[in-house]
Amino acid sequence: MKHLDVPVTVHQTIAVAMSANTTTHTSDDGSNRSSEVTHPSSQVVHFPADAPLTLDCNKELAPFSIAYQTYGTLNKNKSNAILICHALTGDQYVASAHPMTGKPGWWESIVGSGKPIDTDRFFVICSNILGGCMGSTGPASLNPKTGKPYGVDFPVITIGDMVRAQVRLIDHLEIDQLFSVVGGSMGGMQVLEWAANHHDRVFSAIPIATAAWHTPQNIAFHEVGRQAVMADPDWCGGNYHAHGKVPKNGLGVARMAAHITYLSEDALHSKFGRNLQAGSALTFSFDADFQVESYLRHQGSTFVDRFDANSYLYITRAMDYFDLALEHNDILAKAFTGTQTRFCVVSFTSDWLYPTRESRDIVQALNAVAANVSFVEIESNKGHDAFLLDEEVFFGTVRGFLDSASKKRGLS
Amino acid sequence: MSKTTPIHISQDARADHVLIAEMVSRGARVLDVGCGDGALLQLLSENKDVDARGMELSRERVNACVTQGLSVIQGDADLDLDDYPDQAFDYVILSLTIQATRHPKTVLENLLRIGRRAIVSFPNFGHWRVRTQLMLTGRMPVTENLPEAWYTSPNAHLCTIKDFVDLVDLVDAKLERAVAFNSSGYRLPIHRSLSLQNLLGEKAVFMMNRGSS
Repeated sequence: MKHLDVPVTVHQTIAVAMSANTTTHTSDDGSNRSSEVTHPSSQVVHFPADAPLTLDCNKELAPFSIAYQTYGTLNKNKSNAILICHALTGDQYVASAHPMTGKPGWWESIVGSGKPIDTDRFFVICSNILGGCMGSTGPASLNPKTGKPYGVDFPVITIGDMVRAQVRLIDHLEIDQLFSVVGGSMGGMQVLEWAANHHDRVFSAIPIATAAWHTPQNIAFHEVGRQAVMADPDWCGGNYHAHGKVPKNGLGVARMAAHITYLSEDALHSKFGRNLQAGSALTFSFDADFQVESYLRHQGSTFVDRFDANSYLYITRAMDYFDLALEHNDILAKAFTGTQTRFCVVSFTSDWLYPTRESRDIVQALNAVAANVSFVEIESNKGHDAFLLDEEVFFGTVRGFLDSASKKRGLS
Repeated sequence: MSKTTPIHISQDARADHVLIAEMVSRGARVLDVGCGDGALLQLLSENKDVDARGMELSRERVNACVTQGLSVIQGDADLDLDDYPDQAFDYVILSLTIQATRHPKTVLENLLRIGRRAIVSFPNFGHWRVRTQLMLTGRMPVTENLPEAWYTSPNAHLCTIKDFVDLVDLVDAKLERAVAFNSSGYRLPIHRSLSLQNLLGEKAVFMMNRGSS
């Protein structure tokens, strides 16, 4: 997830594999992938067929599973639990190595012993979202009716559905009230959903680099990604598992396009400029002459190895559908009426995907109901991804807010 | 007249903060507009157990406040007070900030709408030292309380104590308490006439409400 940390110069061979006309998929059915879908390395809770999850689309999902990781120890009163909600392509491995890539947890900078979200003090829970592909039920999971992966027979889910599934997990853990719910980007949407629709179970909330609804621009970028996946002949109408194929090119292009939106122009400039691949000159071809091309191709090619293409479609759809004000006559404040939750809203100056304006709308709505809210805009040139990177001021904000909230909650 | 209780606080606390802290009742809901580094919020949290919130224009100061655990948002008194509902707080405080707003009258009206009481402190441009400087030098006064030259000062709307009394009348607010004081914290006896307070007070704190009308 720390995209910018990947060294640039080593990607040339991968870049070739990703070039538009090369197909390398036929022998790789993602078997490593599918084992994490059905038998995740993390803990899993299975909700049986007689305990269905009622979805926003009016369908019922049963049975279903939620895979999750925990860190730290739950105290006697069960009052020190923090739920971390992951972003679009994240997973439950927030502070431990990813079982497929071996890379460190995606938020180890902020979650861990002595870190701002301190696992010595808090019991940290992170679950793979409903619709994901790391062990929670999603389109790659087996449909009990057919014994085959759901594919596009999986019902279209929403952020509300994801959170209802998390509520079931928290019930299972017998936790009445979470001390905090924290998340960035789509994780932030889940935080807002928790705070709006399960407010008595959330003592504090930290929505980061997020929005209360997806803008037309957000939807437009997602549509480009989905079309790229669906235009790949190897998508097979969503039934690629049955054909032993993976729509790698389509998903890779989707990831490349999305990745641009996570970075600022400034970050691209300072990281790559117009630099060419080491020692090379212009090739007068469509090879990856520029470092930035190679970098994006690498992002695309590594992504397809760890992520299910249909999951990508379903999760981006859920984000597009997200509009917290919709059921309140477009008055966002009404979503938070009577809230007792303490909020800390965070945005980053160079984030143009979920700009500060969107966070300000959330703050405005919270002020309108006189909620207890802190709002910090962090100066950063790293774009949307800033929330995943080392931003000292951001760490200080989270630490300060959680410290103060723990005093109010009577924790140490 | 509201009851006030003396509080025990450090010597470093700003004189107007001490006065304001005395006016605020224990456990109240407070919004400090233009809360700066959060010193008053901290003082009120520690001494009066208030539910303290702040709004501050400077991003750096907001970050510093939140890092200290204070509930502060980045916002502008001229623009963002409209968002708050009526009577959301027991006290809305504007300490040494009103003179730097673009529309002091609108801001004051908003304070009186959002809070059951508004507390405003400001530097008194009617103080004798200010008057003397202007009269003797013919130039904009620069004093301990008004330290910046006219071209760098954030103070766009300076006023005297008498001017502020007029504004309170204009917006139909009821004045509950007004205290003029000097930098060392010395408070002018209340029985002094308004003209004397206006001449001798370097700063003033006013507490107002919307009244029963």
